[in-house]
Amino acid sequence: MTQLFENISLAVSGLRANKMRALLTMLGIIIGIGSVIAIVMVGDSMTNSMTSSLQEMGANNVQIQVQQRPSENGMSYYTSLEEEDMLTDDMIEKFMEDYSDVVETVSVADSIGSGRVTEGHKYANVNIYGVNEGYQTANHMDMLKGRFIGAKDNKAGKKVAVVSDRLVNNMFSDNENPLGQEIKLNVGKDVHTFTVIGVYKYKQNSMMAMMGATASEQDMTTDLLVPITTMNKMANLIDGYYYITALTKQGTNSRVLASEFEEYFNRFYIRNNDYQVMATSLDSIIDQYTSMMGTIQVAISVIAAISLLVGGIGVMNIMLVSVTERTREIGTRKALGAKNSAIRMQFIVESVIICLIGGLIGIVVGMVLGYGGATLLGFPARPSVQAIIVAVGFSMMIGVFFGYYPANKAAKLDPIEALRYE
Amino acid sequence: MAKTIIDMKGIVKKFYIGQPNELTILKGIDLTVEEGEFVSIIGQSGSGKSTLMNIIGALDRPTEGEYYLDGISINQAGDSQLSNIRNSKIGFVFQTFNLIPRTSALKNVELPMLYASVAKNNRTLRAKELLKMVEMDERMGHLPNELSGGQKQRVAIARAMANDPAIILADEPTGALDSSTGRLVMDLFHQLHQEKGKTIILITHNPELAEETQRIITIHDGQVVDVRPGKGAPLSSKFSGKMQKNEENLQQEEK
Repeated sequence: MTQLFENISLAVSGLRANKMRALLTMLGIIIGIGSVIAIVMVGDSMTNSMTSSLQEMGANNVQIQVQQRPSENGMSYYTSLEEEDMLTDDMIEKFMEDYSDVVETVSVADSIGSGRVTEGHKYANVNIYGVNEGYQTANHMDMLKGRFIGAKDNKAGKKVAVVSDRLVNNMFSDNENPLGQEIKLNVGKDVHTFTVIGVYKYKQNSMMAMMGATASEQDMTTDLLVPITTMNKMANLIDGYYYITALTKQGTNSRVLASEFEEYFNRFYIRNNDYQVMATSLDSIIDQYTSMMGTIQVAISVIAAISLLVGGIGVMNIMLVSVTERTREIGTRKALGAKNSAIRMQFIVESVIICLIGGLIGIVVGMVLGYGGATLLGFPARPSVQAIIVAVGFSMMIGVFFGYYPANKAAKLDPIEALRYE
Repeated sequence: MAKTIIDMKGIVKKFYIGQPNELTILKGIDLTVEEGEFVSIIGQSGSGKSTLMNIIGALDRPTEGEYYLDGISINQAGDSQLSNIRNSKIGFVFQTFNLIPRTSALKNVELPMLYASVAKNNRTLRAKELLKMVEMDERMGHLPNELSGGQKQRVAIARAMANDPAIILADEPTGALDSSTGRLVMDLFHQLHQEKGKTIILITHNPELAEETQRIITIHDGQVVDVRPGKGAPLSSKFSGKMQKNEENLQQEEK
């Protein structure tokens, strides 16, 4: 034990005497450990922030969509969606009755793309969404003024619209009440007139923020919501929905329900040769995302492992040089009664210390890079304690592994030869 | 009757055994050294005195013959046992000092005790005592490269004494020193011999130094060719004349 402390202080004083060489030796370890820590930190921060933003969107949402059946020979011939392939209001109504204990509401949404609201020289860019009354709950929309689109608006195909507060800022003056006002919506070459019935609070999506949506206030695109039946009529689309969202109640397992719903809707499609229904919960999307991030992390860790291997070989090389340089010292120690095991231990301790110091510097460098990277991508940075512990352990292991061969070489030196070495 | 520290019978050392260039360096050496003796081994380079020293110092095993060091057989000892023997029975003093670099004088003296697993406090206490004995206590914190040759050798002698060995084995200890510092180092050996009763073996090619010891053993071509008494320390040394008295005491005891 005392020999161990003695060896540690000896190794440290040896490194101090050769600062530049020690640093260069450590470089491989620093790069390897640093990159692992940085990547894990950025990845963890990203996953965490993604997960929470997805959950914000509603972890208890189940997406139900119509999908083309995979053909038996694996080839897929595209057949267009016909009216009989679509999910209908009747199906949804029946579904909501049958699952009234677990389903809060069903949200329907479809888009015909972007358009522009104009009035003289004023304008506002919008994405046009056709929705039903369930959309508000499913998307946690906060209404600032007026009301949301109701079932009646859809039944009657009314030309009413819910707009964002940003659009109101662009189109109306401060003391003007937007409710009941008419707006002109340009889609392609057509112009449609809608009556504003409600204003919602625009929330920037953190996923959008990551993509770098940095349009100016004026040119920012917000969602304009209209009854889906109105939209379908306007764009000459067939009735029915190919994509709906079921909002499950609190405390239910949306993953389990997703497969139940899938089975339920597929009963309507037994005789449909071209299409079937697939249901996915947001949870499973989060799972997919997490596993994707995991794969990326593994891939980068492999690269880091290669860098650690190269670093380890560098350490071994320097240890071999050190053993040769100190041949006389080794001979003297043996003459003074050092056993082979004591010499071996001395050099292994030295190599472990090089790797450990390299590892610690790597952790610091990695955390700085990881913090910078996460901040740059707009996520709150989270250091991974687990990764740090693994990094420390791993760098010690490298020290032992790559230090053993040189240490053993030192231990096996013949004391007479070693003492005579010039 | 004094105890026999070194007991060698028919020591033969061969190198490259069984190969065409087989070499016999030592050709049957008989040697005994009693406790408290100050002996010198003298011979020209190539005479085999270094090989003999390596065997005496338990750094090497003889090919043939028997060697007992302080009653322990060296012939059969394994590497680990040899390490223990070197650690506890032998104090090496080298021509080139061989202090461990980047390690203070104190730590250098502690080193043999570290390998003997002596507790930290005792180690430091004993090392300080020894450095005081060689008058190096004021420089115990210094690194080897901050010491002069004579100072280094005094630290090395203190280190050799660390585990209170059965013999001090000094290989040309003044070879790298000028004559006045060499004198100081030789006086230190006389002091250890006369005041502490240490058994000392001095290996040298310098006949003048050999004359300072009680017994001069001359090696030539791997054999002992001459054994004769020495004259003791020269008149310039404060230890001059004391050895003869010692010798007389020994003779009286024998009577």
